[in-house]
Amino acid sequence: MKFTLDWLKSHLETDATVDEICAALTDIGLEVEGVEDPAAKFADFTIAHVTGAVKHPDADKLRVCTVETKDGTKQIVCGAPNARAGMVAVYAPVGAYVPGIDVTLSKAKIRGVESFGMLCSESELELSDEHDGIMDLDAGPEVGLPVAELLGLTDPVIDIAITPDRADCLGVRGIARDLAARGIGTLKPYEIPQIEGEGDAGRTVFLEFEDDANAPCPFFAGRKVSGITNGAAPEWMQRRLNAIGSKPISALVDITNYVSFDLGRPLHVFDAAKLSGNVGARLAKEGETLDALNEKSYTLTNAMTAIVDDSGVIGLGGVMGGEPTSVTAETTDVFIESAYFDPARTGHTGRALSLESDARYRFERGVDPAFVEDGLAVATQYVLDLCGGTPSKVVTAGDAPLRRHVIAFDPAHVGRLTGLDVSSHEAVAELEKLGFCIEGDDAPYSVHVPEWRADIDGSADLVEEVMRLKGLDAVPTVPLPRAPGVAKPTLSLQQRRERALRRTLAATGLHEAITYAFIGEEDAAAFLGSAEPIALANAISSDMTTMRPSLLPGLLRAAKRNLDRGLASVSLFEIGRVFLGSGPNDQPVQAAAILAGKTGIRNWNAAAGPYDSFDAKTAALQGLKALGAPVDKLQVFADISGDTPGETYHPGQAGELRLGPKNTLARFGLLHPKIAKAFGLDGPIAMAEWMIEGAPKPKAAGSTTKAPITLETLQPVERDFAFIVKTDVPAQSLVRAIQGADKAAITNVSVFDRYEGTGLEPGYVSLGVCVTLQPRGASFTDEDLEKIAAKIIAAAQKSADATLRT
Amino acid sequence: MTNTNSLRTQIESDIAAADTLDALEAIRVGAIGKKGTVSALMKTLGKMTPEERQVEGPKLNALKRDVADAITARKAVLEEEALSAQLASERVDATLPVDLPPQGTIHPVSQVMDELAEIFADMGFAVAEGPEIEDEFHNFDALNIPAHHPARAMHDTFYFPEKEDGSRMLLRTHTSPVQIRTMLNNEPPIRIIAPGKTYRSDSDATHTPMFHQVEGLVIEEGIHMGHLKGCIEAFVKAFFEVDDVKMRLRTSFFPFTEPSAEMDIGCCWDKGTLKVGAGDDWLEILGCGMVHPRVLAACNLDPERYQGFAFGCGIDRLAMLKYGMTDLRPFFDGDQRWLSHYGFSPFEMPTLSGGLS
Repeated sequence: MKFTLDWLKSHLETDATVDEICAALTDIGLEVEGVEDPAAKFADFTIAHVTGAVKHPDADKLRVCTVETKDGTKQIVCGAPNARAGMVAVYAPVGAYVPGIDVTLSKAKIRGVESFGMLCSESELELSDEHDGIMDLDAGPEVGLPVAELLGLTDPVIDIAITPDRADCLGVRGIARDLAARGIGTLKPYEIPQIEGEGDAGRTVFLEFEDDANAPCPFFAGRKVSGITNGAAPEWMQRRLNAIGSKPISALVDITNYVSFDLGRPLHVFDAAKLSGNVGARLAKEGETLDALNEKSYTLTNAMTAIVDDSGVIGLGGVMGGEPTSVTAETTDVFIESAYFDPARTGHTGRALSLESDARYRFERGVDPAFVEDGLAVATQYVLDLCGGTPSKVVTAGDAPLRRHVIAFDPAHVGRLTGLDVSSHEAVAELEKLGFCIEGDDAPYSVHVPEWRADIDGSADLVEEVMRLKGLDAVPTVPLPRAPGVAKPTLSLQQRRERALRRTLAATGLHEAITYAFIGEEDAAAFLGSAEPIALANAISSDMTTMRPSLLPGLLRAAKRNLDRGLASVSLFEIGRVFLGSGPNDQPVQAAAILAGKTGIRNWNAAAGPYDSFDAKTAALQGLKALGAPVDKLQVFADISGDTPGETYHPGQAGELRLGPKNTLARFGLLHPKIAKAFGLDGPIAMAEWMIEGAPKPKAAGSTTKAPITLETLQPVERDFAFIVKTDVPAQSLVRAIQGADKAAITNVSVFDRYEGTGLEPGYVSLGVCVTLQPRGASFTDEDLEKIAAKIIAAAQKSADATLRT
Repeated sequence: MTNTNSLRTQIESDIAAADTLDALEAIRVGAIGKKGTVSALMKTLGKMTPEERQVEGPKLNALKRDVADAITARKAVLEEEALSAQLASERVDATLPVDLPPQGTIHPVSQVMDELAEIFADMGFAVAEGPEIEDEFHNFDALNIPAHHPARAMHDTFYFPEKEDGSRMLLRTHTSPVQIRTMLNNEPPIRIIAPGKTYRSDSDATHTPMFHQVEGLVIEEGIHMGHLKGCIEAFVKAFFEVDDVKMRLRTSFFPFTEPSAEMDIGCCWDKGTLKVGAGDDWLEILGCGMVHPRVLAACNLDPERYQGFAFGCGIDRLAMLKYGMTDLRPFFDGDQRWLSHYGFSPFEMPTLSGGLS
């Protein structure tokens, strides 16, 4: 919402400076977004007198002028045909920025003649499109007079942001009222003209709504003014409209715009001669059309309020009028309409048609329902003053939808809610300044809300009114009461786990990325399996249509971008929600990591190859450990199942880590080559996923004490075995079998060698296993060790069909 | 006698000439070994008269001791030489470059969330979370944003297709639904912050369709706007790590708070760098207010008994202001170069004792 200082002062008696006014506006909730000083643009331009103008010695169309300027006598080469001695011109010195040609002037030599500055045309100053010659001003202004002053461009334009609740400040008078209440001056009285009118309006007005409730348009008023002349609006009105960016059109149109900006009251003017029959409002019929004033045609629905006459739709209630019935320079009889349109329906209509207008902006926020006829009177007076003519009597239909809202208010609420120390008397006085009427001798008072304040709902709203007038600086700064002692931890188990996982993965060399939670339809499909995609109804781009069913596609796209930028090694992870459904419990937090490109940079003592599935497995296990999952109890399953179909991973180089047969805590492996291809990725991509929420809760510990530890004094012993097993026997089953062979003695089992080839039957593999044995109390005797070895061999035989390699 | 002396001279010169440990050992065996020359002389002592023995005994013992000492001394020299030779042969080029283990990074948004958790934990706030696909009740209705309110249209909401019952799910446009979920499921006193992802269909250098917000909520008896001021002032000082911060509250509008305000902090540009906390420019940083009585009522709390405040601000924006990023879009691009540069070491865990940055 823009207005000029001069315009504001037409409602507000004040000596306050622009800065003071702006500070107050911002503080009371009318945030100043900018103050534009129109003089600033013309600061460099001053009046000059041309005392001589002779033809350029080497150019027929150029003149060499002698100019008296604020900087002394200057020689300026000018190309304008009208440059002549004795003229009053506009001078721009060297160094000035000329907006119309986007040039900063420098000293120039034009065809051998030096030129110091420029004499400007109106277009060069962006005052008009006139560029046939330089400005040729009437005699009078002294040399050095700022052009802005001459043009009267000294009125600052203030631009404020109006929050959606403050419809009352969509007119300059509402802003003046707020400022006056704040103590910035006095609100000038505004006299509503009393115009009786003579004769009938030539037509009646009507409301035609099915249930007679008239909710979409409860009140409709109009009047004719006959015998007018629709010329140009007066200079003062044009200047104000121009200043706020509303292009003056004709007196009648400008009057409606002016009343709208001045008083927040939108109106419409019809050329009475172009109307047929009575005028009224009803819901549009499906498919009715309107050729609107903005030269576009709109097709209406039955949810929209139409203004109609016998010919059909002539306007879109609260939004825009129609072109065929609009006023023109030839209009002699005008029909002025002032009505109240329902905010919700007006907003809906505007959004449905993508049609913005100053009227819609006001109606959808709620105009003052008590000002419908007053607005009509104000507009009529302007028409009579500016266009002449004879007014008819006013015709109306329906009733003004007054709220007559009364709030029971105890001023003590102000202190309770804001901490402000405000007396009952002060609180009431502040409200009265804003136009509230207070009834009663004691709290709770009956506070009558002015009709222009549709935003005031209850007592808390009144508290805000008092608070904003007192100023938020007056609200005391009070520390939040805090519990005695040291602050307690506040994170949930899940939050602590996410944090541990995040920092662990970063510590192992992965970079945390955050990618968009919506991805392209095809990217999602590759990870959906049989699940239904969750697609947006109003996506803004084709690569952001579908909620991600997995974190992997987003990371793969990021990996691709990184590889395309020439990075040799990409290692990324992300922790965030995936969307398996739209219910609150179908959006679990997961984590995923990808390793793409080379394992590192080539180094003299380390090779850098592609990542493999065991890099992914390492990451998966490190992550699970950070999550506090019981890593040694997990089973590795070589098949990928569950929500993600097997096709996501390389079928032979992937696994799932499960706690029990069904609770998958992590997956790891290589990306399936088909998906790699679809994402434009070359080479193996290792990846891991963590189903964070599946990690079991630790048993509730009653104490921070850990179980006591027995530190054996005897050294552990290592024994190596080589077992031959079929290649399809998972190493895990051999290791598990050996671990279980003598739980008291065996503390660790590791696989140190894997061999297949010469010396072994095809289909068989030799696994070298190192078993660590811990003697307890007494050293192992040879006999003890033999017994344990026998148990190991037997268990390996039984569970993994393994034979000792001899 | 000459015999002993010449033997001593011989052995001592042999020891001095020995240039390997093996040669020295051979000399030792040849001199003081069981069958050595000195040992052989020692054996002759038995056949001597006591007088002879009294003279020859000490001489021979001295010889044996001197030979043993000379061998030990020579051995130490040879061992030292051998070690030096071995070390010389083991020499590497210590200037060869090594690779450090890769060091990953924490995304600035996560880091800032951890900072927020730390600051607000000190003021007794727990961290609450909620779903990102929300329903209209939690995102709008319960927050006093009725269906046709212009504020609802201003939210640029991403919707999912309408269900059969006419309802629509949506991507939450703010973290405020977590307020509702918290109030519906917990009895006051309540102090939470709710950081998380939010979505609006808007995209340019400072707006991405997905971004992060943090919501704060305090519901207790006797909490007023002054506490809100105290709380957010403490937060801003702690977050920007300044002792004093120029700030102002101005009246604003949010459907779910009454009274409502926005907070600006003073700032200035110093050699192309934004300085926060002082200066003549203002930077809008958060929206806040006292929880609207209708919101309390929607959450089955008695507005006559309970009141409290809520605030919300953009986490990405906080990160940009504190750490100097100028463009929001790379936050969500996953560019490893950007992440390496703006990300944080996993060991830089924000704590109150160690500092927040």
